Amino acid sequence: MGFRIMSKTAFPDWVDGLCRRYRVVGPKPVHGQYVFDDIESAEELDLGYSQTVLPPKKYILPPRETIFRFDGASVEAVVANSDRWTVALGVHTCDMHAIHLLDRVHEHGYQDQHYQARRENTVLVSIECLKPCTPFSFCKDMGTLSITEGYDLHLTDLGEDYAMDIGSEKGEALLEGFAFIHEPTDEDYRRVNQVMTEKWPNFAYRLEFDTTELPSLLTVSMKDDAYWDELGERCLACGMCTNVCPTCYCFNMVDEVDFSLEAGDRIRQWDSCQIDEFALVAGGHNFRGPRSARQRHRFLRKGKYQWEAYGLIGCVGCGRCAQACLVHITPVDTFNALYHRHRQGHVEEVR
Amino acid sequence: MTLLLHDKLEEQSIYLPTVARIAAIRDLTAMEKLYTIQLPDGYSLNNRPGQFVEVAVFGVGEAPISISSSPSRSNGSFEMCVRRAGDLTGVLHQKKVGDTIGIRGPFGRGFPIERFRGKDLLFAPGGLGIAPLRSLINEIRDDRCNYGRVTILSGARTPGDLLYKDELAEWDARDDVDLRLTVDHGDDTWKGNVGVITTLFPDLQVYARNTIAVVIGPPVMYRYVLMELLGKGIPEGNIWFSLERRMKCGVGKCGHCQMENIYSCQSGPAFPYSEIKHIEEAI
Repeated sequence: MGFRIMSKTAFPDWVDGLCRRYRVVGPKPVHGQYVFDDIESAEELDLGYSQTVLPPKKYILPPRETIFRFDGASVEAVVANSDRWTVALGVHTCDMHAIHLLDRVHEHGYQDQHYQARRENTVLVSIECLKPCTPFSFCKDMGTLSITEGYDLHLTDLGEDYAMDIGSEKGEALLEGFAFIHEPTDEDYRRVNQVMTEKWPNFAYRLEFDTTELPSLLTVSMKDDAYWDELGERCLACGMCTNVCPTCYCFNMVDEVDFSLEAGDRIRQWDSCQIDEFALVAGGHNFRGPRSARQRHRFLRKGKYQWEAYGLIGCVGCGRCAQACLVHITPVDTFNALYHRHRQGHVEEVR
Repeated sequence: MTLLLHDKLEEQSIYLPTVARIAAIRDLTAMEKLYTIQLPDGYSLNNRPGQFVEVAVFGVGEAPISISSSPSRSNGSFEMCVRRAGDLTGVLHQKKVGDTIGIRGPFGRGFPIERFRGKDLLFAPGGLGIAPLRSLINEIRDDRCNYGRVTILSGARTPGDLLYKDELAEWDARDDVDLRLTVDHGDDTWKGNVGVITTLFPDLQVYARNTIAVVIGPPVMYRYVLMELLGKGIPEGNIWFSLERRMKCGVGKCGHCQMENIYSCQSGPAFPYSEIKHIEEAI
């Protein structure tokens, strides 16, 4: 649908207008960090943010949500959305790629109506990243440093203006009736071209091999027990890595009853494969008991299993897990170490 | 331009159970009960042998339980054998006839019985593995003439742990079923074989290429029974397992039952060995 130009002086008016019509969420500073939170006016929004603690995934797949209510012998599904659109402003492209993966997972096989209801009521306004956000991110390696589809609107910072790429009818609806926007001129094309050309050298490659080799690297590293044992020794099994991950979607279901003990809610809440009970079954058998097996599962799920099951790599290179880890287990270090170990023949030795 | 808000779910939630009634309860052992579950409005479960349901006890939670009855004997209800093993099954064991529970499913692909026709069948249930296998065994018994030899090698910890004793006696009395039992630890009344299930294999004669083996039991059992079956020359594609995991959601979303790149609840839990031999986390 092409792009339009909105000046930054008009931008706050546009955001304030959205706040009057919709629930608007966006990055804002809290205690020296950034979080995605509700925005009441444009003043609260900081689109120059580095990275939010939790990804905007939380609006589509909340940490806790009621799936249905029960009362004695009756059950009733709970509608998973509010009465108006949630407009997520300023979503980084890595988090957009993550939502693309979540979409694919939840439409595959059985469709998850709770996810889809929230997803369809969410409007995604992404923003082009022009500088690295944290020392842990490796989006360039994972191919998530930009985006070509999936957004409703996509912003590119041109200095005094934003280029606004319209990706859907929803995105178009956000601009409807707003006067201070115009079609791009030749000069605007030149500016967008310049910004998009100059951004790439600002980002470094951090993996020492071609990312398309990641699934096969992990396949040959599966039996590198010495390495996984070392990770397992360090891992505290706290689950922070999966809590902050934009592509993690594993969940548990729990019942919470009210004082009658007859009525209550079934709650879906985030779960973590790093927690010791994750694969435990009745009778006491734990299919992934050692922490080494759980760490191996996490990295192989991200870099191999998701790719095999859904055709997309399960890691978008945001680096949140690396930043959150108390014992410095990071995907970049892990993948590079496995690459070097493979080249040095560690895997052959253990076979 | 009109864009619709979604103020309701377009179709029924995959996580919403059907409220069903406990129609009968039978004690099988001190630890296991057999429940007959009646679905509302005469609705039939339409399950295949080897599938499972998610059982909800409202206020406690939800757990996967295998279906123990065969589709050939459904009569608008189904049966499941439940061992008291945790919170949910503990509360379930206190339920009475007429109480309600939630049911979702059936889930999983089940056993491809149409491919078993004309074959010799070797069933090797261990412990509670007889619960899902009973569905398949009774389905085949009710269509007995379409199958070759039927052999059941069944193991339990003690004689008191043997499930479906009356049905075992019934199968034993038939000429067309070869039933061999073993227990890990015998008692004064036990006259049969004592030892783990693999001790039944040396005396077993099979026509390997035409034999389908179906093995369901505790996780530790699979690799030992597998060695016996491969040792007799039974092809890898003819050896079927039910690889049960923590199948929390049943619909391939929650991640708990994942074995590498496959979800046991969706791709299984019935698998031929040929399909999962490369899966490190399978057996």
